[in-house]
Amino acid sequence: MTNADAFISIQNVNKFFGSFQAIEDVSMDIAKGEFFSLLGASGCGKTTLLRMLAGFESTSNGEIFIDGQAMSDVPPHHRPVNMVFQSYAIFPHLNVRDNIAYGLRRQKLPKAKRDEMVEEMLELIKLPGFGSRKATELSGGQRQRIALARALILKPKVLLLDEPLGALDKQLRDQMQLELRALQRQVGITFVFVTHDQEEALTLSDRIAVMSGGKVLQVDTPEGLYETPRTRDVASFIGNMNFFNGTVRRNGSATGAVEVEGLGAIPVPVEQLTKPDETPVQIALRPEKFTLSAEKPAADLTVAGKMDNTAYLGERSHHYVAIQGREEPVAVSMPNLGASDLGQAGADVWLSWSPDSIVILDAD
Amino acid sequence: MAETSLSQAKADPTPYKGSRLGGLLHRNETLRGYLLMSPTMVIMTVGILVPFIILLVMSFWTREGFGFDTTLTTTNYQRVWTEPIFGALLSRSFWISGVATVATVLLCYPMAYYVAFHVHRNKMMWIILMTLPFWTSYLLRVFAWKVILGYEGVINSGLMSLGLIEAPLEFLLYSQTAVIITLAHAWAAFAILPLYVSLEKIDKSLLEAATDLGDGPVTRFLRITLPLSMPGVIAASFLIFIPTTGDYITPALLGGPDGAMIGNFIQLQFGAVNNWPMGATLSIVLMLWISAIALVFLFVTRKAQEKIA
Repeated sequence: MTNADAFISIQNVNKFFGSFQAIEDVSMDIAKGEFFSLLGASGCGKTTLLRMLAGFESTSNGEIFIDGQAMSDVPPHHRPVNMVFQSYAIFPHLNVRDNIAYGLRRQKLPKAKRDEMVEEMLELIKLPGFGSRKATELSGGQRQRIALARALILKPKVLLLDEPLGALDKQLRDQMQLELRALQRQVGITFVFVTHDQEEALTLSDRIAVMSGGKVLQVDTPEGLYETPRTRDVASFIGNMNFFNGTVRRNGSATGAVEVEGLGAIPVPVEQLTKPDETPVQIALRPEKFTLSAEKPAADLTVAGKMDNTAYLGERSHHYVAIQGREEPVAVSMPNLGASDLGQAGADVWLSWSPDSIVILDAD
Repeated sequence: MAETSLSQAKADPTPYKGSRLGGLLHRNETLRGYLLMSPTMVIMTVGILVPFIILLVMSFWTREGFGFDTTLTTTNYQRVWTEPIFGALLSRSFWISGVATVATVLLCYPMAYYVAFHVHRNKMMWIILMTLPFWTSYLLRVFAWKVILGYEGVINSGLMSLGLIEAPLEFLLYSQTAVIITLAHAWAAFAILPLYVSLEKIDKSLLEAATDLGDGPVTRFLRITLPLSMPGVIAASFLIFIPTTGDYITPALLGGPDGAMIGNFIQLQFGAVNNWPMGATLSIVLMLWISAIALVFLFVTRKAQEKIA
C-alpha cells in the first residue's frame, strides 16, 4: 500500500516510559474502512499504540497521521477518533440515553434531533427501548454495546477498540464478534481493534499487525499470517505449528529442496527458496497439513513414524507422532470423520504432506 | 480387616459435638448480626438515646427558682418562637457555619483532588501530612488563630511593617470573620477525608472516556468528576455544618459580641443563667433545624445532579 492511500499512517513511532521502550520504531498504514487488528500478548505495546492513536499517550518521536493530518499537537478531545474502552467506562451517574448522547451535547443539536439519533443507535445495537435504563442495571454485553453506540454516534473517522470483548463469556463473545463485524461493514468506519486473542483477530480483521516487545513483527491478512508467517514468533503465536531445522540443498533440482531433520530432502515452493545452498533454515508445517494413515499412502512425500500420544477434541484429534531423526514428536491434527483406525500409542503410522504446505521462515 | 473397620465406621458415625449456642449462631445470620452490633447498641442506648429522652422531657419543663417545675408545658418553645433574640442567634449560627462549611469544602476540594489524581506514590503519607495540624488540641489551634488574627498579631504587625496599613485591622479578631476563618481551618480534616475517598473511587477510564467524547478539562470536571464526587461533598458538608452550628469554644474565644452563636447561648442556659429547661429546648430546636436544613440540602443537590446530568 502506498502512503497516499493510507487513512492512518504511523511513521517511525517510538515511545519511552522512562528508560523502558514500549514502542520501537513502528511504521504501518491503515486503509479507510479497514478492520485492522493489533494482536499480541499482554505487554507487547498494542494498547500503548492504540492510546497513542486516541491521544492519551504522546509519541516520544515519530508521527501519526489520521486522514492526512499530523496528530502530535492535537489533544484527545479534538481528534477525529473515538474509543471503546476495555472496561467500557459507562458513566454510572447517567442513564443509557444520556450515556449515548454524551458526546452530542457539544454539537448543540435540538433535543428532538438528539433523541432521534440516540433511538437510531439503540436500534443499531439491538437495544431498542433501553434509553431510560440506569447504567448500573446493565449486563456486560449491554454495556459493551452502549460503549460502542456512544462512540459511533459521533461518526468518528476511526473507532478504536481496546479488547472490547475480553470481559464477556465465550458464547456472548462469539456472538458479539459476528455483530461487530457486521456493524463495521454497515457503518463503514475504520476500526482499529486491540486483542490478545488470535482467534478473535483472525475472525474479525481485514488485516492484522502482530506485535511483540514493542515491535511489529508482521502485518498481513488473516490468511497471509496463518499460511505464510514470516518468523517463528508469528507462526507460534497464531495457531499451532511444527518447526523443523533444515539446510538448503538444491542438488540440481529446479524446484528447490531442503534437507530437513526427520523428513529428509524435500521439495519446497521455489518462490520461497531465496537462500543459497548450505544455509541453515527453519521450516514450519501446520499440524493439519499432515495426513496420517495406518498404511503407506501413495503420496510422494511420506515418512514413517510411531504414534506417541493422542488427544481427542471432539471435531478433531491431535496426534503426536515420533519420527526418526527428530527429538520432538510431530503434531498432527486430523478431523474425526468416522471410526478411526489410527491405532494405539506405539502403532506404526505414516505421515504425508504436500510440498506447497511448507513454509520457510526468515531467520529471526 | 479393612472391610470390617470400614463397616464399623459406617455404622458408628461420630456426631458433631459443639455447644447449642454455637450451632444456633452458625445457622442464624440475624442473630450473629445483633451479637456483633450489641456493644455499639449498648453504648448508643446508654450514651445517646437515654440522654436524648431526658433532654426532650426537660425541654417541656420550666425553671422555678433554683429548681424545675416538672409540669409539661410548651412555654419554652413559645418563647423561642416569639422572642427575636433566639431567631437572630439561630440564623447567625447557621450563617456562620454555612459560610465556614462552604469555605472549607472549597478549600479542601483542590487538595483532595490533587492527592487523588496527581499523586501516584505514598498517597497515605500525603493524607497524613494534610491532617497533621489536627494532631494538636482544638483549643490550641483556636488560640493559635488568636495569635495570628490579634490586634497586635501576626497579620496586623506583618501588614503594618510592610506599610500596607497604618492601623491594625480590627475586624480580624472578635468578629464573625475570625470565627469563620478558624472554623474553616479547624474542620479541614473532616472535609479532606470524605472528599478524597469519593474522588479516589472515580474510575480513571471514565475521565478518559469523557475526554475521548470531546470534553475539555473544565467540561469534563463539571459533567463527570463533580457529579461523581458529590457523595463526598455532601458528607463533608454535613460533617462540618452539623457540629460547627453548635460549636461554642471558637465563638467564645474569637467571636466577640458579634460572633456569639447559639452554642454560647445554650452553654449560658446550663451555666450562668441556670435555666436548664430553656437550654434543653434550644438544643432540641437546633437539632430540628439542622435536620430540616440537611433534608433540604440533600434534596437540592439531588435535583442539581439531575440537571447537570
